[in-house]
Amino acid sequence: MPAMNMIQALNSALDIKLGSDPDTLVFGEDVGYFGGVFRVTEGLQKKHGLSRCFDSPISEGGIVATAIGMGAYGLRPIVEIQFADYILPAYDQLVSEAARLRYRSNGEFWCPITVRSPYGGGIFGGQTHSQSPEAIFAHVTGLKTVIPSNPYDAKGLLLAAIEEYDPVIFLEPKRLYNGPFDGHHDKPLTTWAEHKLGEVPAGHYTVPLGSASVMREGREATVLAYGTMVHVCNAAIAESGIDAELIDLRSIVPLDIDAIVKSVKKTGRCVIVHEASRFGGFGGELSALIQERCFYHLRAPIERVAGWDTPYPHAFEWDYFPGPVRVAKALKRCVEAVA
Amino acid sequence: MDTVARRDKSNRPALSFYVPEPPARPGQPVDFSHIEVPEAGAVRCPDISEPERDMRDLPYGLIRVLDEKGRAVGPWDPRLDPDTLRAGLTAMLKTRLFDERMFRAHRQGKTSFYMKSLGEEAIGAAQALALDLGDMNFPTYRMLSWLMARNYPLIDLCNQIYSNERDPLRGRQLPILYSARDYGFYSLSGNVGSRFGHAVGWAMASAFKSDDKIAIGHVGDGTTAEGDFHEALTFAAVYKAPVILCVENNQWAISSFSGIAGAGETTFAAKAIAYGIPGLRVDGNDFLAVYAATLWAADRARTNHGPTLIEFFTYRAAGHSTSDDPTRYRPEDEASKWPLGDPLERLKAHLIAIGEWSEEQHEALIAELTADIKSAVKQAEAIGTLGQSKPNPREMFEDVFAHPDWRIREQRREAGV
Repeated sequence: MPAMNMIQALNSALDIKLGSDPDTLVFGEDVGYFGGVFRVTEGLQKKHGLSRCFDSPISEGGIVATAIGMGAYGLRPIVEIQFADYILPAYDQLVSEAARLRYRSNGEFWCPITVRSPYGGGIFGGQTHSQSPEAIFAHVTGLKTVIPSNPYDAKGLLLAAIEEYDPVIFLEPKRLYNGPFDGHHDKPLTTWAEHKLGEVPAGHYTVPLGSASVMREGREATVLAYGTMVHVCNAAIAESGIDAELIDLRSIVPLDIDAIVKSVKKTGRCVIVHEASRFGGFGGELSALIQERCFYHLRAPIERVAGWDTPYPHAFEWDYFPGPVRVAKALKRCVEAVA
Repeated sequence: MDTVARRDKSNRPALSFYVPEPPARPGQPVDFSHIEVPEAGAVRCPDISEPERDMRDLPYGLIRVLDEKGRAVGPWDPRLDPDTLRAGLTAMLKTRLFDERMFRAHRQGKTSFYMKSLGEEAIGAAQALALDLGDMNFPTYRMLSWLMARNYPLIDLCNQIYSNERDPLRGRQLPILYSARDYGFYSLSGNVGSRFGHAVGWAMASAFKSDDKIAIGHVGDGTTAEGDFHEALTFAAVYKAPVILCVENNQWAISSFSGIAGAGETTFAAKAIAYGIPGLRVDGNDFLAVYAATLWAADRARTNHGPTLIEFFTYRAAGHSTSDDPTRYRPEDEASKWPLGDPLERLKAHLIAIGEWSEEQHEALIAELTADIKSAVKQAEAIGTLGQSKPNPREMFEDVFAHPDWRIREQRREAGV
C-alpha cells in the first residue's frame, strides 16, 4: 500500500467521493483553485470541475447555511472551515439548524453535511489558530463529531462521515497532517511514511463512526485520547514503563461506550487526555460515564490531563500543550494511588 | 507636535449620541407623514434581462397595481384571471378567520403560543399562487397564508397548534413553527433569519443539478440586521443563485420600529444595490403587486438571471405574538390608519370592481370558511388541546439522528417509553 500523509489521505477520500457520487461537492475559503491553505483539496477542482470544488466568500455562517440548504435539497456538501477557531461564526447554523432540522421537521428535512476543519495546537498558531472546540459540539444533540489521529483513519472516517445521513463535524488535528507528533517538540520530527498507519489503501473503505481503536493493549490503566493526544499518550505510556491500554476514540459522537467500559473494567484505572481546556471539556463527560458504569471496578480516582483553563497562549504553547511528561505523571499518580 | 494636534478645538461642538425613535408613541397622534405613497402603476416594469445597474431606481419606488378605486393599473398588472384572484382572496380570508379562532384558543388556554399574520396575508397567498409546486419557500412565521393558498389541511394546523397526539410534528415544535415539505414550506425555527442562507443553498443545489426549481426566502425588517441576511445576499449574488429573497417590512420587530433596523437611512430594497442584485420595493398590501413582483423575480431566477431582493412594504396590524401587547409601544389606532390599507379589503374591492365578486358572495365565503374552521377545530379538540393530549413521549427520542445511538436508546428505556 502507498504511504500517505494525512493531507493526502483526506484528499484521496474527497477525490473518491467526487468521482463516485454526483451529489457531492466541496466548497469553502480557498479550497478551489488554490487547493486549501493546508492543501487538502489540492487538484480536486482541476480534476472534477469548477462546480464540484470551489471557493466561497469568507463567511463561515454563510458556508454552513448554504450547505444546509443544499443538504435539504438532496446533495451531500462537504465544506471546509479554514480553522476550527473560525467555526464560531457558523455555530448558530450548526446548532440551531443543522443539528435540529431532522428533529423539528419530523424527518421531512435533513442535511447530510460534512464540515471539515483543521483544529488543535502545536503549530504556534496562537489562540485563533489552535483551539479544540469538540466539547461544544458534543454537547449539541444532533451533531456527530469525528477526530482522526492518523492517515488510515482520516480517510476511512471521512468517507464514512460523508456517507452519513446526519451532519458531521470532522476535526483534523493539523499538527498531525504531515507526521505523527508525540509532544516532544524539541526532538526530530517523524513522517507518516515511517508509520504503519501511514499505509493507506488507494480505493474506497470506511472506518465506522463510533468505533474506538485499541492502539496499545495493557493491564494497569486505560488511557482515553483522540487526535494528536493519541501520539502524546503513546509516548507517555512508553516512557512511564506502565503497562497501560491506549484507546483512540476516533469519534466522540457517536462514542464507543462499550470499548471504554470494557477496558476500564479490565484495568481499573483511567486517565483521560485531551488538548482542549479541562473545565467543561469532553473529559468531564467521559469521567462521568466511567463513574456511572465502572465505579466498583475502579481502583484509583479518574485522572484528567488537558489544556489549561486559559485561552490558547502563543509564546507559552509548549507549556499549554499537554505533553508526555504531564500524561506520564498522571499515569503514575493513578497507578500508585492506594484505595 | 504635529499640525493636527495643535489645531484649536475650542469651537468644535461636542459629539451628540443619536438613537432613532418612531414618529409616534402611545398617547400621541398617529404619524405616517414620512411614508410616501406613490400612485398605483407609476413604477416602470423593466425586462427581466435588464442589467442590474440600470434598475437602481426601483429600490426607491413602490410598486403598486391596485388604485384607490380597486382598479388594476400600470405595467406591473399581472392580469390574473378571476379564479386566481378568488383563490387569493379565499386564502387570505381563511388565514384571517383561522388566526382569530386560534388567538381565542390561546386565550382559552388551549395552546401555548400563537402569532397572527394580520395585515400581511397578501404576501404568502400571492406567492403560493405565483410560484410552482416544486419550488421551496423558506418562510417566516407570518406566512400561514401560503399554506392556506396551497390547501394545507386545517386539521393538521389545529393538531400542531394544540400539540395533541396527532400533531404532524409530534409535539417537538412551537405551535406556529410549521414544516410542510409537500406544500413547498420549509421547516421554521425560532431563530430569525437562520434559514435565509438555506434558501440560497437550496437554490444553488437546484442549479447544480440542472433542475427547474427555485427557492424563495423571507425575513422580517428587523432581521436584516442579522449576519445571516448579509451572508445570504453575498452567496446569492456571488453564485447567481435562482432565489428570491424577501424582506417583509411590517414596520415592527416586536417593539422596535423599522428605523432601528436601518429603515431611517434607506429602504430595505436598496440594500440589494450593494450586492449587485436587483431590488424591488413593493406594496405588500397589494395582492396583485406582490404576485407580479414575485413572478418577475421568479422569471429572472428561472432564466439564470440570478437572485432578486424584494422588500414588501406592509404593516403588522396585530401584536408580535400572543405574548405581546403593541399598545405599550405604539399608538393604539396606528394599524387602522396605515396608509396602504387592508390587503384583504383591497383585493375584495378589486374583485367587486371587475364584477367578479359581491358582498353576498363574500358573506357566504366567510360563512363557509368559518364552518370549515369550526369543524377542524372541533375535530382537533376532540383529539385534545395542550396538556389534554400529546404524542407518545417515545416520539421525543426519534429523528434526533437518522439511527439512534446508545444514549437515545438507553434514555428512552430510562424514560419508560
